Amino acid sequence: MLDNVIVTLVGLALLGGIAWFFWGPRRGGFRAAVASSGYQEAMVLVKGGYAPDTIIVRAGKPVRLSFRREESSACSEMVVFGDFGKSAKLPEGELVPVELPPAKPGTYEFTCQMGMLRGRLVVEV
Amino acid sequence: MKATDPVCGMEIDEETAVATRSRDAGDLYFCSSSCASRFDEKGAGCPADEAPDREEEAGRGEYRALMRKFRFSAGISVPVVLLSYPWLFPGLRDVPWLARGSDGLLWTWRGFGVLTLPVLIWGGSQFYRGLWAAAKSRSANMHTLIGVGIAAAWAYSTVAVMWPGIFPEADLAEVYYDVTAVVTALVVLGLALEVKAKGRTSEALRKLIGLQAKTARVVRDGVELDVPMEEVAVGDLVLVRPGEKIPVDGTVIVGASAVDESMITGESIPAEKVAGDEVIGATINKTGSFRFRATKVGKDTALANIIRMVQDAQGSKAPIQRTVDRVSGYFVPGVMILGILAFMVWYNFGPAPVAAYAVIAFVTVLIIACPCALGLATPTSLTVGIGKGAQNGILIRSGDALQTAERLDAIVLDKTGTITVGKPSLTDVVARELGNEEVLRLAAAVERASEHPLAEAIVQGARDRGIALTEPEDFQAIPGRGVEATVEGRQVVLGNLKLMRERGVHADGLEADAEALAAAGKTPMYVAVDGRAAGIVACADTVKEDSRSAIARLKEHGLEVAMITGDNRRTAEAIAREVGVDRILAEVLPQDKAHEVRKLQLEGKTVAMVGDGINDAPALAQADMGIAIGTGTDVAMEASDVTLISGSLRGVVTAIDVSRATMRNVHQNLFGAFVYNTAGLPIAAGLLYPVFGILLSPLLAAAAMAFSSLTVVSNANRLRRFRAVEV
Repeated sequence: MLDNVIVTLVGLALLGGIAWFFWGPRRGGFRAAVASSGYQEAMVLVKGGYAPDTIIVRAGKPVRLSFRREESSACSEMVVFGDFGKSAKLPEGELVPVELPPAKPGTYEFTCQMGMLRGRLVVEV
Repeated sequence: MKATDPVCGMEIDEETAVATRSRDAGDLYFCSSSCASRFDEKGAGCPADEAPDREEEAGRGEYRALMRKFRFSAGISVPVVLLSYPWLFPGLRDVPWLARGSDGLLWTWRGFGVLTLPVLIWGGSQFYRGLWAAAKSRSANMHTLIGVGIAAAWAYSTVAVMWPGIFPEADLAEVYYDVTAVVTALVVLGLALEVKAKGRTSEALRKLIGLQAKTARVVRDGVELDVPMEEVAVGDLVLVRPGEKIPVDGTVIVGASAVDESMITGESIPAEKVAGDEVIGATINKTGSFRFRATKVGKDTALANIIRMVQDAQGSKAPIQRTVDRVSGYFVPGVMILGILAFMVWYNFGPAPVAAYAVIAFVTVLIIACPCALGLATPTSLTVGIGKGAQNGILIRSGDALQTAERLDAIVLDKTGTITVGKPSLTDVVARELGNEEVLRLAAAVERASEHPLAEAIVQGARDRGIALTEPEDFQAIPGRGVEATVEGRQVVLGNLKLMRERGVHADGLEADAEALAAAGKTPMYVAVDGRAAGIVACADTVKEDSRSAIARLKEHGLEVAMITGDNRRTAEAIAREVGVDRILAEVLPQDKAHEVRKLQLEGKTVAMVGDGINDAPALAQADMGIAIGTGTDVAMEASDVTLISGSLRGVVTAIDVSRATMRNVHQNLFGAFVYNTAGLPIAAGLLYPVFGILLSPLLAAAAMAFSSLTVVSNANRLRRFRAVEV
């Protein structure tokens, strides 16, 4: 009987933990620097996910994200910015710049082609 | 000054470039020393040139690595499966030291713990790398599910064989090392086959890139030189001989030939090229030799533009996939929650041995879920479909265009240049006593001196009929009326009725013919010789030969076909009758074309607009689907959703066919993936157990999972068999 209680309590704790881990509030992120070219620039490493996966930029200035894919898994071979209608192939080991026009404040997702890997571009006022 | 790194394509400042190289065509700037050294090794050019080769090689490497893991895991799986349940196999069930509960079997299982550890760690390494990388960004994917599933099976089995005493019942202390080994082997095999099948989805793009010529024969300082493609500069004079590939885009200077442009335009009949005509790089010269001046090289050629556009479109998303994306954000955590709930329900309410059932249900739920099938469903079909379109001379800009094609109700065709050839030609000669040939000969002789488009049509018409023309004298053009000249001493006047009256010519009897020709949409011109009406020559913009059959096909597709034109209603009706158009939008000024499209949309219709020029751009943009026809130019490509490189309306039919075939494929894939996941997950959790006593084996779940995503990719590959229907 005790084991049933323990399994139920641990199960419920795990459910709560999963919900918090995946859907709980998120803080932080990488703030893109403004380069001499006028672009807000950031490097993104692609290896099983995007690092950093949250990039914070200011509204009204163009953004250049340079992706570098360091894995051969086919899953991550393309990055797609659905809201901007942009995508880029990411050959392994190469720096691939993706330029985005100035955007309105909000959160824009970027994903791999299958939507498994996810990152966010947070545009602040 | 800004420059583009020719290797990685990054835009850089010339002043801050890390390395530079000098070439005849100018200096090159590099973002890094690694790009510069790659350039030194291989040369450069368009980065897309070599990308597919590298991708293909990377794909092959990935496939080989996965197959090594599969062979290893499958090899370990065989003894593990046999000896995990020796009582099920004749020949093993009678071996005393393999009897249930014996020490011999316990030690065998302990041995499996060690044997399956490399399968877990090495065979399943990609799952843990993926799991960890995703966890760092607080997300999860397929790797998370498989990684947790096979680790849970291994951990439970290890506890069971190392500390069997902690289980209240002996039955609970069973092992599931076979789950770890077999699931790893099957999922890795599925991944390997998927990599291979996915490689084939980009075949069309690879073929396009493979069209590029490697060298060009350039004439410099009067000497013919074979130079690599990247050294051809704008303005170079390029020589092409029969059977050779035309290296870059340009304009023919000397010579004539027939050129096979099918690889770019989809047109199977070779195009005749003479001085002044444009040639497209990557097309094949058939019969004659010619020289042309290069006008576009490197990344500016039509082929490079097409490749870039296809690459962009293949990476785009159809609106339908955005819904899938929203679902997939919740999918994997949802599956983990379902797995834990299944564990809790089985443990608390299930039959004995509860822990064993709970573990099986938990592991099976994690393993059967296939987020990949959902994720792959749209992009793989789009990649194949858009590539197939490009092979037929149809450039589809995005997934949105494909999805729009599916629900089109009406299609508006611009008349001039789309339904018709776009330039007049001689259609009729009506003569009195002089005879047709003589009237045409005299009229054409006068028109030799004129530059009017109708004059060109008459002269060409006479030449086509093998009539020799003499030089006119005292030629005079009378604006708004016609022309007159002296031919072989005879005074010839050619023009409208007004001119005839002014010259005192009685056109009685010919007026009825002129009226009938005008009613048929033609432009009649009276011919008077020495003050007497001699006949009529008529010109018209002729209908392209396949317009009628293409329009019939569009109607078979259930589309309402409308024709839009600035011409008067009578001319428009004549053309409409000839080609079988349902609805005529005549006397429409160029700036009002978009308004007419809008009016159709207000009737609740989804409208496609087909036009051939920049003046159609507003209407192309207004339409739900803008189709630019007969162009490879940047401007038209930008304004439209679909670009047809050939000038034939057949392309419109093929564009709609390929779009609909692609979307049908997407729906099949999404339906399959959705049904698989929604049916598979509850069954894995044990929903059928209370009624039918069925609990799915994790081994079956692994096989189903591995082959579900493979099925999606294979179904997408079926689109490669798409053939344009002859109309």
